[in-house]
Amino acid sequence: MADGQTRETARKPEDDALLSLRDITIGYGTKVIQSDVSLDVRRGSIFAIMGGSGCGKSTILRSMVGLLRPMSGKYSVDGDDYWSGPDSHRTALNRRFGVLFQSGALWSSMTVGENISLPLEMFTRLNKDMIRHLVEMKLGLVGLSHAIDLYPSEISGGMCKRAGLARAMALDPDVLFFDEPSAGLDPVTSARLDDLILTLRDGLGATIIIVSHELPSLFAIADDGIFLDARTKKPIAHGSPRDLRDHCTDPQVHAFMNREARTEPAGADTARKGQNANGK
Amino acid sequence: MTDHEPNSSPADHSSADSPPEWTVKSEANDTTLVVRGRWTIDDGATLSIPAGALTPSHAAAATQTLHVDVSGLGQWDSSLVSFLWTVKQAAAKANMAFDLAQLPDGVQRLFALLPAEPEPPAKHQQRPFAPLQTTGIIALDTLQEVGALTELGAETARGSIKALSGHGGMRLRDLFVNIFDAGPSALLIVSVVNFLIGAILAFVGAVQLRKFSADMYVANLVGIACVRELSAVMTAIIMAGRTGGAYAARIATMLGNEEIDALRVFGIPVSSYILLPSILSLMLMMPLLYLYGCGMSIIGGYVVATGMLPDVTGAGYLNQTLGAIDLHQFEFGFAKSIVFAIMIGLTSCQIGLSAGRSAADVGTAATRAVVVGIVGVIALDAVFAVIANILDI
Ligand SMILES: Nc1ncnc2c1ncn2[C@@H]1O[C@H](COP(=O)(O)OP(=O)(O)OP(=O)(O)O)[C@@H](O)[C@H]1O
Ligand SMILES: [Mg+2]
Repeated sequence: MADGQTRETARKPEDDALLSLRDITIGYGTKVIQSDVSLDVRRGSIFAIMGGSGCGKSTILRSMVGLLRPMSGKYSVDGDDYWSGPDSHRTALNRRFGVLFQSGALWSSMTVGENISLPLEMFTRLNKDMIRHLVEMKLGLVGLSHAIDLYPSEISGGMCKRAGLARAMALDPDVLFFDEPSAGLDPVTSARLDDLILTLRDGLGATIIIVSHELPSLFAIADDGIFLDARTKKPIAHGSPRDLRDHCTDPQVHAFMNREARTEPAGADTARKGQNANGK
Repeated sequence: MTDHEPNSSPADHSSADSPPEWTVKSEANDTTLVVRGRWTIDDGATLSIPAGALTPSHAAAATQTLHVDVSGLGQWDSSLVSFLWTVKQAAAKANMAFDLAQLPDGVQRLFALLPAEPEPPAKHQQRPFAPLQTTGIIALDTLQEVGALTELGAETARGSIKALSGHGGMRLRDLFVNIFDAGPSALLIVSVVNFLIGAILAFVGAVQLRKFSADMYVANLVGIACVRELSAVMTAIIMAGRTGGAYAARIATMLGNEEIDALRVFGIPVSSYILLPSILSLMLMMPLLYLYGCGMSIIGGYVVATGMLPDVTGAGYLNQTLGAIDLHQFEFGFAKSIVFAIMIGLTSCQIGLSAGRSAADVGTAATRAVVVGIVGVIALDAVFAVIANILDI
């Protein structure tokens, strides 16, 4: 298992890695957002993608589900090269994925219930009644069974997030990608969500990749992770959030994990010193 | 310190209420910046220190310190912070140390949050001005767009075959909603426009044809012009503005909300799920609207002709109309409106799908869809006219 100190050593592919990224460089147009990203997500683990706002976490996530082709590098799913072959190859691999987008991304022309039933209608042979039961159950898991017939525009932002979560789980995928699942949720709902995520992993054997800023929940559930830096456009630490909190020496990671204010700019430092020198 | 709280000191009242001003005093080894007055945005405070205002008094070997005297400072707001921030940058350039200690507490704390100087702004990816290159890029983009359009068309066609065979992605409810939008809801505007077109043609025709005592031929003019050309083109232009723009805006919004991404990740084909109902509903409704439009324009011509020309009776007009137009002309117009529908549906969906992700992009996409739709309809109609001429239809 990787810990906070191993980031300098080259990372070798691990045998039980379900998803593995090797030297991925990713960006929009010619603008590079992150480079040299290598990571392994072990089967049945909860993997955290961390980093400051705007560093490219969602971008990495989008590339892992096939929405953005990396500029270079290799991405494999279960040993299968994801980006090789025709679109149908990716569609087949995506059948194993469930994704919660940062904005929820519910289909706005459909009710919450229909949002979850659509994939079921498309990809299973269940009849209407069975689908309705399944939808109610999935919505119940995220505490939203009362909203089944409401349209996305009629529910709150946090509810959209939870409905998006239920949709991500619709087809019982074995890999789940969550982009900031607890953003906009109250602490109690957020804690319930942690339980749900752990249950998905322990009960259903799902592998979960999560982008989150919610430190308590990261410490509680994630067992591996990567920390991306916006300035150098590279990962600067690998390891579980707990390890990074306790052992990582990088000042930026340390500040993030311990929720300290941004390391102060040089100017502010001299200001403080000036103040002290003046004996105030 | 008296000025930690604005307007706190009655002794300074006169200067604290005066307009904002600043001066730089240089002494042997120290420079002092004096800031006085009500320093707020409303009072027209200076927001940055002019270049060159701060110069070390002599070519001093030792670093000088810049003090700030705020004893005459009244109420202040972010304009003071902005001013002092530029002072700090200027001081750093002039190699002076900047002493913050005298400043109000609030200013010091805001300063702690500010970086030493503004960070260089992130650059847009902008193409440099190069006419030749730009022309090339536009040409390539257009080609690419045409390619994408063809691909989209092929995909949608494949989707429709799948849908017909029963396991496609289209939901019938989406189709019905779209059909209602494109059909019945458009009846009123189609009626008004076509009625008026028929009436206008009849007016113009009546004035001219009366000179030749050929009053009755107004019916031929209105009938043939509308059935062959105008009803199909006008209806298509209305639909391009009404429905094409709406499709582009709707799809662009879905793109911005990541709804399209969600479809793609699930492997739900966008072509059969979103495009097919849109295009199919236009294809089904446009020919019907065309037929309806023909009727309305003939009625428009009828009303004007019977009202204006004493020799034209109602029955005679209708009889003349029926004699003038035959089924071929309807078939021609009918076929044209189906082609217009496909063109409008495909281009507006493609424009929506290739839009950016912001609200402004949605507006741009809608406008583009309308413009491309209208120009496309007229251009296609010209092509049809040429083909008809060659084939002698
Ligand atoms: N469509 C786009 N085109 C160009 N640049 C983009 C696009 N989307 C995002 N970016 C840029 O990519 C960078 C990373 O964006 P991303 O959404 O991945 O950040 P993030 O780490 O998820 O941030 P947050 O925590 O705020 O969600 C940002 O600096 C942004 O400017
Ligand atoms: Mg994000």
